[in-house]
Amino acid sequence: MAHNNNFKNLSIDPTAVKMLKKAEKEEISIVWDRYENMKPQCRFGELGICCSICNMGPCRIKPLKDSAQKGICGADSDVIASRNLARRVAAGAAAHSDHGRDIAHTLLLAASGKASDYTTFDADKLISIAEELGIKCESLSINDIAANVAEIILGQFGSQSGEIIFAKRAPKKQIERWRSQGIMPRGIDREIVELLHRTHVGVDSDYKNIIYSGFKAAIADGWGGSMIATELSDILFGSPKPIRASANLGVLEEKMVNIIVHGHEPTLSAMVVKASKDEELNRLAKEKGAKGINVAGMCCTANEILMRQGLPVAGNFLQQELAVITGAVEVMVVDVQCIMPALSEIAKCYHTKLITTSDKAKFKDTEHISFDEENAIKTAKRIVKTAVENFQNRRKDLVNIPNEKMELVAGFTSENTFHFLGGRFRATYRPLNDAIISGRIRGVAGVVGCNNPKICHDYGHLTLVKELIRKDVLVIQTGCSAIASAKAGLLKPEAAFKYAGKGLREICEAVGIPPILHMGSCVDNSRILIACCEMVKEGGIGDDISQLPVAAAAPEAMSEKAVAISFYAVASGIFTVYSPQPNVLGSKNLLNLLCNELNKIFGASFAFEENPVKTAELIIDHIDSKRNALKLNPVMYEYEENIP
Amino acid sequence: MSMKKIYLNLHKCLGCKSCEIACGVEHSSSKELFSAINEFPLPIKRVSVFSTVSHCIPVRCLHCEDALCLFACKSGAISKDESTGRIIIDSEKCIGCWTCIMVCPIGTIYIDETGKTAVKCDLCAEKEIPVCVLSCPTSALFYK
Ligand code: SF4
Ligand code: SF4
Ligand code: SF4
Ligand code: SF4
Repeated sequence: MAHNNNFKNLSIDPTAVKMLKKAEKEEISIVWDRYENMKPQCRFGELGICCSICNMGPCRIKPLKDSAQKGICGADSDVIASRNLARRVAAGAAAHSDHGRDIAHTLLLAASGKASDYTTFDADKLISIAEELGIKCESLSINDIAANVAEIILGQFGSQSGEIIFAKRAPKKQIERWRSQGIMPRGIDREIVELLHRTHVGVDSDYKNIIYSGFKAAIADGWGGSMIATELSDILFGSPKPIRASANLGVLEEKMVNIIVHGHEPTLSAMVVKASKDEELNRLAKEKGAKGINVAGMCCTANEILMRQGLPVAGNFLQQELAVITGAVEVMVVDVQCIMPALSEIAKCYHTKLITTSDKAKFKDTEHISFDEENAIKTAKRIVKTAVENFQNRRKDLVNIPNEKMELVAGFTSENTFHFLGGRFRATYRPLNDAIISGRIRGVAGVVGCNNPKICHDYGHLTLVKELIRKDVLVIQTGCSAIASAKAGLLKPEAAFKYAGKGLREICEAVGIPPILHMGSCVDNSRILIACCEMVKEGGIGDDISQLPVAAAAPEAMSEKAVAISFYAVASGIFTVYSPQPNVLGSKNLLNLLCNELNKIFGASFAFEENPVKTAELIIDHIDSKRNALKLNPVMYEYEENIP
Repeated sequence: MSMKKIYLNLHKCLGCKSCEIACGVEHSSSKELFSAINEFPLPIKRVSVFSTVSHCIPVRCLHCEDALCLFACKSGAISKDESTGRIIIDSEKCIGCWTCIMVCPIGTIYIDETGKTAVKCDLCAEKEIPVCVLSCPTSALFYK
């Protein structure tokens, strides 16, 4: 193998190293092998200056002397790189938003009695959203309110004019910035479609104009599609509350039927969880010689069922193949997003059945059980039954479950989290703002995103978050990034003693929270936006998100969704460090726009930095500069340099 | 004693020009992609990929057995390293008359960043394996 068996350079997760060895022995090639085989990767692509948008192409801009500097249509590196980037934003925003749409659709079906398996409405949240949407709730039943909410929300996707509703939750200054730039989204689908139009051959040829249009679609994601997905999932499945669970491949049970739910939308996974508790199916499992049925999550589906039901997390993005390689997974059931096409081949090496469920995402030669919300539990039971029946086909000689699993606390939200800081019953952000003002906490950083084999698995996340909490930055996480911390024990309250700086430790001790708060799946990055709004509202640390001592980072980013997220974070005034660079280095002008000029428009910009220690420095510098600008006290406790 | 040369499997070259970029980066002052493309003056690559109706051909110095450039050079800047077979241009001695450029039958001598001396493929003097070979995703280029 080209990576010379030096598995430690590939992942710092011991389960990954063990499964990599097993994969090698069984001659199964997985993501890291494919990455090695892909090398050398195309340098034009790396710089973002190749284009195959039209049929005159493909074109590539040669960055060295005596070479073509324009595509056949005349597009230069600025236009090509910005179009490529903007199209990623469009795809990312589309993915999040389509997820949001599906949830809204399920809510509508549930409210009108057509999807009767979804019954756990969170009435408080429903009513508060309904009121925000201007629905008069007094005379309406819960179902009617839910139907009204769903209809108004579904209207947000096709809206052609005006401003999307949730964007108005943003602080006044953010809204003013967006309006003056003409990037306040009118409708979610509209902005995504328009972005695709603008990047068609021969339309928008001003790289700045292209990028602003990208911001418009991204705002429609963060303050639209993603926020809808979060809010309506809370209504449908209940708002998360702090909850204990465990994470890593060790959550798979040797004596049980193991089902992994992988993908993103909670509509399916919540039902599989429910079905796995069915008495009859459990009896069948016992008949087949299993002790019971164990459901664990992978990627953001894991986060959804972790946040709300406390279900175990099997792993993050780069562990999806490894889970199958344990040989102990009866069924891996998937819906949409971040599911490696490689899974169908790898599953065939074991008894594992891969089952696709979304008509949007089918795999070749793979069983497809179309999931429809109107027959949710029935479909889920069929899936669970397939798993139970597959238990007897497990090949004992191929089973090897790593024993690593870690305790964690998750389930924090923008509503519940910061209330803890002031004691359980005071619903206010005051204590958080005060902690920042007094300098006990330096600031807040959101660390989010995927895994990427270009970066040692989990190393980017863990190095960064440890650096940040050591320097008294409260870290909030979502997605695969949060799973990395969960597996490393950083989401336990005790982690504060070991890793947090003195000020942050004092807060964690007093309130009993971990130094890193798990806020959910990738669409739940919208919770971070709301938390920023609340901090502004509470006052004392800036009246514009860009003045807050906050920052964000995606240290192992991979998907187009991550690009969209970083775009809405920056548009919302949050300084964002992104890694690896999203193929933008081939255009100096674009780079300058993203890393400098945006500051004038949003009060925030990007930085591209692969080294997580340097990323932490960038974030600390940024937060400190914001503290200085606000004339806050210096942080209470200085950190010591060079703690290993 | 190594008389290694770069060979080309003509059927494998896709014309991606990765070798061009790698060569330019290797002959830049920073030797790193992103910095190299921002250097001033831009580094000069020593290989160019051309295409015919049916094939793509990366063209670089062949380090000819009977090198015309060596015969033609009037300042004695071009020499042959007998142990490796490499044809080398000494930039100190080069006077920029461009005679070598005119006589090279395949046109693979370039004018350097400063516009003053001739440069060409040096088989990546500092590298064990030339970077064009390393960068070629299809292994069209090989070194032996
Ligand atoms: S849009 Fe322009 S740069 Fe892109 S492939 Fe077509 S001609 Fe080439
Ligand atoms: S520069 Fe031209 S003539 Fe001189 S050795 Fe190379 S290929 Fe031959
Ligand atoms: S061997 Fe080195 S100098 Fe010669 S063409 Fe290849 S990369 Fe360029
Ligand atoms: S890198 Fe290889 S495939 Fe690409 S142009 Fe050069 S020789 Fe051809």
